[in-house]
Amino acid sequence: MRPTTRLAVPAAVLLAVLAVAGCGPKKEASIKVGIYGSMTGTTATFGKSTLNGAQLAFDELNEAGGIGGKKIEYVSEDDQSKAEEAATAVQKLINQDHVIALIGEVASSRSLAAAPIAQSNGVPMISPSSTNPEVTKKGDYIFRACFLDEFQGRVMARFAADSLKYRRVAILKDIKNDYSVGLAQFFSEEYKARGGSIVGEQAYNEGDSDFRSQLTALKANNPEAIFVPGYYTEVGSIARQARELGITAPLLGGDGWVSDQLLKIGGEALNGSYYSNHFALDQPSAPLQKFFTDYKTKFGSNPDAIAGLAYDAANLVVDALKRMQASDPASFAALGSDKEGDAAGAKAARAKLRELINGVQAFPGITGVITFDENRNPVKPAVVIKVENGVEKFAASIAP
Amino acid sequence: MARALKTALILGVLVLVNWLLPILIPNSYYFRVIMLCGINIILAVSLNLVNGFTGQFSIGHAGFMAIGAYTSAVLTMRAFPGAIAALTGAGVPDVVAHGAALLVATILGGSLAALAGLAVGLPSLRLRGDYLAIVTLGFGEIIRVVILNVDAIGGARGLSGVPGYTNVFWVLLGVVAVVSVSYNLLHSTHGRAMLAIREDEVAAEALGVPTTRYKVTAFVVSAFFAGVAGALYAHFDSYLNPSSFTFLRSIEIIAMIVLGGMGSVSGAILAAIALTLLPEVLRPVKEYRMVIYATLLIVLMITRPSGIMGTRELSLRWPWGRKASA
Amino acid sequence: MQEFLQQLVNGITWGSVYALIALGYTMVYGILRLINFAHGDVFMLGAFIAYYAAGWFGVQAHPSAWGALLVLATAMTGAGVAGFIIERFAYRPVRKSSRLTALITAIGVSLLLENGGLLVFGTDPRFFPQVAKVEKIHLGLGVTVTNIQLIILAVSILLMLALRWIVMSTKVGKAMRAVSWNRDAATLMGIDTDRIISFTFVLGAVLAAAAGVLVGLMNPKIDPLMGIMPGLKAFVAAVVGGIGNIPGAVLGGLIMGVSEVLVVGYVSSTYRDAIAFVLLIVILLFRPSGLLGKHQAEKV
Repeated sequence: MRPTTRLAVPAAVLLAVLAVAGCGPKKEASIKVGIYGSMTGTTATFGKSTLNGAQLAFDELNEAGGIGGKKIEYVSEDDQSKAEEAATAVQKLINQDHVIALIGEVASSRSLAAAPIAQSNGVPMISPSSTNPEVTKKGDYIFRACFLDEFQGRVMARFAADSLKYRRVAILKDIKNDYSVGLAQFFSEEYKARGGSIVGEQAYNEGDSDFRSQLTALKANNPEAIFVPGYYTEVGSIARQARELGITAPLLGGDGWVSDQLLKIGGEALNGSYYSNHFALDQPSAPLQKFFTDYKTKFGSNPDAIAGLAYDAANLVVDALKRMQASDPASFAALGSDKEGDAAGAKAARAKLRELINGVQAFPGITGVITFDENRNPVKPAVVIKVENGVEKFAASIAP
Repeated sequence: MARALKTALILGVLVLVNWLLPILIPNSYYFRVIMLCGINIILAVSLNLVNGFTGQFSIGHAGFMAIGAYTSAVLTMRAFPGAIAALTGAGVPDVVAHGAALLVATILGGSLAALAGLAVGLPSLRLRGDYLAIVTLGFGEIIRVVILNVDAIGGARGLSGVPGYTNVFWVLLGVVAVVSVSYNLLHSTHGRAMLAIREDEVAAEALGVPTTRYKVTAFVVSAFFAGVAGALYAHFDSYLNPSSFTFLRSIEIIAMIVLGGMGSVSGAILAAIALTLLPEVLRPVKEYRMVIYATLLIVLMITRPSGIMGTRELSLRWPWGRKASA
Repeated sequence: MQEFLQQLVNGITWGSVYALIALGYTMVYGILRLINFAHGDVFMLGAFIAYYAAGWFGVQAHPSAWGALLVLATAMTGAGVAGFIIERFAYRPVRKSSRLTALITAIGVSLLLENGGLLVFGTDPRFFPQVAKVEKIHLGLGVTVTNIQLIILAVSILLMLALRWIVMSTKVGKAMRAVSWNRDAATLMGIDTDRIISFTFVLGAVLAAAAGVLVGLMNPKIDPLMGIMPGLKAFVAAVVGGIGNIPGAVLGGLIMGVSEVLVVGYVSSTYRDAIAFVLLIVILLFRPSGLLGKHQAEKV
């Protein structure tokens, strides 16, 4: 082909893409909320859950008529599971879409990258599931809907030492995931403080599919239980392989286990294992059951913990907005005004929003009753679930 | 005398741009994208030294970037605050004190990266082309895994709270530095030697060109600038995580120089800008973003493998025309 | 001792998987001097085709040996077709260009398969159907092996022997060897190089798909990004054994599997990914052409 034609082909492809991308109706909704997460990349499944959970909450609100007649428009951005992309995504949501609040991110590393930007621009951010204590320390505009690594790690340690009365526990953590590393650390501290001993500690990488070498090494020390604070994506396989190797000790875990897929992948191997969660599927709470049904109808699968937390995060924003509209309609009206050029007014309105979010009292979330402490972390109990005969059952509730 | 004047002039222009740009572009999102373009330009042009000029195939650039990033961050966070406080206490304006800290940290970070480049380059440049590619990829991965395991610099949690000293001046200074080094190198004896190695290594060796020495030099200089880019990046995002330095990142940089034409400095610059903007432009179709990116890469390789510029450069004399390089 | 033997068993199982994938890399490199980055993703494709096939053919509901074979055959065929398409439309046009161009194309295809997989198959990991019931077999000395692991070993050995037969004892094999030694001479001798190259790709893809199905049976969680790491490690294995050398790929795969498992079990599990590369660097420093590779003199 002639040189010009050769350049024309990729150029044409690019132009076509741009044309398609640029098209689309331009809606003028006045309240925009940004949702950012990993829609692609290695943790895409959790980004999807975040979007689904938040979407459910906002759609419910809009179907009921919105707030003061205004509907909420949510804009989602992908960060490709990368920290630097999270910062760019949030910057775009704030500057281009003029969002009044942000929901995200799942992973603490990406929340840590985005939080300073939200803070310096005065946009309240609620992370559904980032458990690293550093995240909310970035500023008073940063909140989270979940409990901290510290609390959750200690919950299982307490359960293992006091309720199950185990003396020897091994740990198998995900070194690539700060949530897993954090849980393992706090579990270890608390468990040893209660007189237990950690008889072995191994690690794997998020995304690995074979854990036999680590399990073989742990088996040699004869643990009574193995603490596996990872995501369900690996835990199911770990359980299977453990049983194949002849390890009969039960597994213990955290809310990363929560998913439809867990029992599918893990099967019988998970019987007798325990994990901590925000809610129990068999808890007779009407709003909880309604959430499950609605989620399943809309998205075709059961929600995981992250979807539940995102739903609560979104509803925290909704609740604050409702209170704002009732108590301070002028600020409520000023919320979207930076699009019309009144940046200062919008910022002041968002500051009011932040105060209202911060001041929430006993918000009835489906993942627990939420009140923020002085670090904007919710104080709520954890629930321990036992897997018995292929079914998950409520075993205990542990308060902070 | 003329050289000093020229340097002063360039620095003056950079200071002016640094002051002017935030005023002209108040949108932080656009500003962020521009800064990222700058950092990617430094990465692309520095990689071009090895892959483009010397014809060696290195896929470990992200590893050197990581070394520069983490080293400089640890310095400004742990070692320098005392010195900075002393300076500001003595009346030096904040910008200057922070800038000085950044400069020192960046140079040290780049130097450590260069040292790593030496350590990697010396033994492996004996290897054949494709093997070198895998060894450099391996090195990048080893760096990443090591950082992941060192808790003192954050590990999987990452390192947050890096002071945000990077501004337009420093990024542009980095760009000017890497471009002028590349350009001067290219038009020197060393440059000709490198090009000779690229064209036919055996012939060059037979003609008495000390190939290993030049290959290692290119490697070390390129690693230095990768470290510089890493340091600038660290002080821009204020947060570092090993997952930002995977081999996928190295591949993104390679895509830039391939798109621009390996061996062309201006090509690398144009391509770096294009490939930084592309993901932003493709946001509306975000689920398809990576698929489109991959398809474009394949189509580009099939239809125009020499990239936009081939081995030619944009000439100042005739902006729209192209002058062949040496 | 028991732990060591158990680790060894684990290592050999994974070693055979790496070997199957490494064979594809080594054959393609031998013929085209191309590092086929997309090969690991063909491995993933094989696992997913098997997943869907198991659903279509109802093997999931009625597991049986014939069902398992059918699923395997389907996956291998499907992947073979994919390999053919990739070679024909992505690699053949860049064959005349530089090696670097071909490499970038390969990277592009790899990214396309991975992200396309995320789009088409969805982001959630899937549970690979149990087409065979897992049974533990005690080998004595406290070492347990599952029937699946034995099947993997058996199938791998069978496939490698089949490959060796094809390469050494058939006309096509002879043509493949000829093309890898000197492509131009082979063309002059009347060999249709295009066809042989396509055949090589298909053969490699078939082996990778088999590996994918076997891994799916062993570790039943599959996801679109599952091919990245095994692909990279298998490539390292091929280089360690001497790239372009078929027995070398098998040797490299076994070394890779065993050393990875032993280091994870005895030294540190957190450095698992780095081990592959450290091994590579160490071996290349002492034997730059790999263990069984012949030093290729560069002709001017």
